[in-house]
This record gives sequence, C-alpha cells and structure tokens, in this order.
Amino acid sequence: MRKAGARGLLAMLRERWDRPLFFSLACASLVALGLILFFIFREAAPVLREIGLGGFFGRVWNPAGEPVSYGALPMIVGSALVTLAALLVAVPLGFAAAAFIAEVAPRWMKDVAKSVLELLAGVPSVIYGFFGLMIVAPALQNAFNLATGRTALTASVILAIMALPTIASLAEDALTAVPNAYREASMALGATRWQTIRNVTFPAAFSGLIGASILGMGRAVGETMAVLMVAGNAPQIVASLLKPVRTLTGAIALEMGETALGSTHYHALFALGVVLLVITLATNGAAEWFRGRLARKHGR
Amino acid sequence: MAVRRMMQMCSVALVLGLLSVGLVASAADVTMSGSTTVLPIAQAVAEAYAGIYEIEVSGGGSGVGIANIIDGTTMVGNMSRAVKTEEFASAVAKGVLPYVWFIANDALSPIVNPANPISGLTTEQLKQIYTGEITNWSQVGGNAGPIVVVSRDSSSGSFGSWSELVLDKAPVTTSAVYTSSNADVAGEIAQNRNAIGYVGLGYLVAGVKPVSVNGVLPSVQTALDRTFPLSRPLFMVTNGFPAGKVFDVIMWILSDDGQRLVLNMGFAPIRTLP
Repeated sequence: MRKAGARGLLAMLRERWDRPLFFSLACASLVALGLILFFIFREAAPVLREIGLGGFFGRVWNPAGEPVSYGALPMIVGSALVTLAALLVAVPLGFAAAAFIAEVAPRWMKDVAKSVLELLAGVPSVIYGFFGLMIVAPALQNAFNLATGRTALTASVILAIMALPTIASLAEDALTAVPNAYREASMALGATRWQTIRNVTFPAAFSGLIGASILGMGRAVGETMAVLMVAGNAPQIVASLLKPVRTLTGAIALEMGETALGSTHYHALFALGVVLLVITLATNGAAEWFRGRLARKHGR
Repeated sequence: MAVRRMMQMCSVALVLGLLSVGLVASAADVTMSGSTTVLPIAQAVAEAYAGIYEIEVSGGGSGVGIANIIDGTTMVGNMSRAVKTEEFASAVAKGVLPYVWFIANDALSPIVNPANPISGLTTEQLKQIYTGEITNWSQVGGNAGPIVVVSRDSSSGSFGSWSELVLDKAPVTTSAVYTSSNADVAGEIAQNRNAIGYVGLGYLVAGVKPVSVNGVLPSVQTALDRTFPLSRPLFMVTNGFPAGKVFDVIMWILSDDGQRLVLNMGFAPIRTLP
C-alpha cells in the first residue's frame, strides 16, 4: 500500500510537477544570488557617507588604532600581486599539462593525469594552507634568508598549485575542441607534432585558453583560507614578493568575525567584499565570453 | 497557462522559505553583549551550556555592554573596564543598578622563540617594537637580526587589550604579520627566531618563550595578584542582583569548572584553582 503510494507520487512528480519543480529550483538560485548582491551592496553603501570614496581607496588600513583609517589600497595591491604571481607560474604549467593530456599522452596516461588533476582540485583549501605554512614558508624563509616565511610569494606558490587544475582542465577542453581536421592538415603538410601544437592547435584554441586562464585567476583571487594562513596579512603596500601582504579575502576573513555589527569597520569590510565581487564577476564574465567565442568559431 | 502555474509554484516556494527563516529566530534564555575581549569566554560558556540553556552572545565593545544593560536590551553586559561614573549615573537615573561581577583576569604574555636570548623587555620597549620605532633585536640587547612583529587581527579582544595596555592606541607598524588566532601566533613564534608576538596565558606552550615585562614574568599567579603589568580584570554586569537562569550562569562561571574554562580560553582565573 505504502509502496504503491510512493510510486504513484514519484510518477506524479515525473509527469506533472517536474517542470514547475525544476523551474522553481532555478528561480531559487537566482533569488539567492540576487539577495546576496542586494545585501552586500546595502551593507557596503554607508561607506560612501562615512568615509567617502577617496577615504576608501586610501593607502592606510588601520581600523583599530588612532587615527582610524579604512584605506583599501594595500589589500587591492596585495590581491593583485599575489594573483598575478600565481598566474605566472600556473598558466605555463597548466597549458603544458593540457597540451600533454590533449595532444601527446596515450589513452591510459591521459586517464591517470586527468584523475590526478581532479584529485588536486578536490583537496580542501585548509590542507593547502597547512602545507604552505609547514613546508613552503620555512623553505622560502631559509632559501631567501627572509625575516619571515609568511610572504606574498608563499601565497602565490600555494595559489598556483590550487589554480593549476582549473587552468589545466579548461585548457584541455579548449584544445580538445579544436577539430581534428586542423591537426591532420598540419601533419599532412609535414609539420612535426610540436610544430602542430605550437602553430595550429594553440592559436586555434586561443580564446579558450585565455578563458581558462581568467577562470584560474578568478579561483586565485577568491581563495581565502590558504592565503589567510600563509600571506602574513600585513596591510602594507609593497613592490616585493618577499614581504608579507594582506589580500581582500584575507582582510574580510581576519576581521569580520569580531567586528561590531553596523560599525564603520563592518561596512568597510563589506565594501572590500564589493570590490572582490566586482573582480570575480568581471573575470567570470570575461572568461565566458572568451570560451563562447571559441565555441562559436568551431561551430559548436 | 503553464507559465502562470510555474509562477505560482515559485511564489509558494518563496513564501515557504521566508516563513522557515522567520521561525528560526526565537527568544534565548540568557543574552550577553559587550566587550570583544570577554566575547570568547561568553561564547565558550554558551557552548558549555548548549542543550541546557540557550545563551545568545554578541560583541560590540564594553561601551555597548553597559549601554545595553541600561536600556534593558541584554541580560548580561560584558566589560573589559570598570563602569564609568557617567554610565553609573545614567543607569541610576533610569532605575537600573549595574551590579558588577569580576569573572576573569586578562593577561597578555609577550613571547619569543626559545633561540632568542632576550628574556625581558619594558612596556616602553614593547611599544617601540610594535609601532616600528625599534626594528632590530640588537637595539634591545639581543643578537643582530630584524624583528618580525606578529599581531592578532585588529578586531580581536587580544589586540584591543594589547593596543590599550602597551600601545596607548598608537597604530601598529604596517609591516606586522597578522594571524587569526592565538595558536597561530604561537605557531609562527615557535618556528621563527626573529619573531615576537603576544598570547593569552593558555597559549604559553612548549616551543615559545615568555618574556618578562618590567621584570615580572607572566603567569597565572602574577596575573591574578595583578603584579604582571599587562593584566587587567574582566567583568560581567547585570541589572541588580540576578535571579533564575542568569544567576545560574554567573555562578557557574565563578565556579572552579567555569574558571578552568576561563584558563583554557587563554585568560587568567580570578583565584588559584585547586
């Protein structure tokens, strides 16, 4: 009796309610995104009145001492520095890994390499942070004879490892999307495999590769836990990778926990969130545009 | 037609979602607000009482704690300083009697790596190190080497106490390394011979060396007899002598079990524990 009832309900769900059900679920995620945007902007807005745009983009972040100052520039520079350095390492490595998987590796090795990449993507960020703190930071401190191992470079190394799976697997998608006819034509003209990869496959997949890099950048700029643990979080503007820096995500995670609700400090942290949100939305949008362009180009 | 039904489904789902959010918010048995220094103790007490009393805890600072007691929006106001004369007067004018409970001693211990020969500093030297006036260990009688200043994040109660007791609210040097926990400060000190940090008494672990301040070594004893310069009392304030659940909770905090919790959170108890 119960079994028949359950089956009847399932059948009903499948036949009559599936579309409204999925539609409302899709609605719910849109509503959630909308609410997140609304509340972040609402909580950040008082910054304009309390410290002004000029104050917010100032050079000194000192929310507790006297004089109080909420300049976000150290964190914006910190995030940019750490992310770009990470990309400098992760993009060449990621592209090379992708080329190997898509163009060179035999079938079995391709499977192994792809699952290792997926495993790398699945490691929780706190584990990367712990690895950075215990292994990378002391190693860099000794290698460069630094005052402390918690530096922008340490964070960049960890972020490069973390962004690598994103970049490699998306770049591999982009390379695989290049029609085989291109490669065959190149080989038929007498090009070697290396020449084919360099002169035919990579240029054909160019916009997809850019898209992969930008998504990797989004991954790096938004990472919080690992960076908080290894970057040192000093709110200073530096030109060197060997100094501690504070990132946007690090500042929010470090200070939000015990900030008084509704204070200027609280609103300033939300404003940092807005900056971060704008960066991630822009990078995601740009990446989608580049990847879409690749798909259109090859008629997919 | 189909679209309309979908819209109906959508709005039903939304309304249900909003209703469930509304039902979650409910009245707590005991509410606490105020000092962020006392906040970790209050949160640990709330956790210890999980399943017995529901204790709702928020921060805001000592000023907010006493203000909430005066306007009656909280049952326990947490404070890391004494009630000021004006606050007391405005409370009495509103028929509120602030009843102050001494619940813990706060003591911040400067720590360095065991390989560092420095064993004592003055509060003035600590201030100069943290504001960036002194940047080399040789300037305070140690081996030549850069000083790496390690601090807690500026929202933490530890930072607040350090800023008041050592820095007179002067800004910390911008090159300071910030960490998100006492344990992380101790971790960096343990592996970095250039570093100096500060932690609560509960975090004086093996691998870090406490530094005496003005000749007094930090310990539970020097914190609770108040000879250690970086110690101060912490308070909870109630409106008059409390009854019922608030009374139970405060009595528990003052008990040996409660005071052991205080010690485990990195603070000093109010008396020597058996």
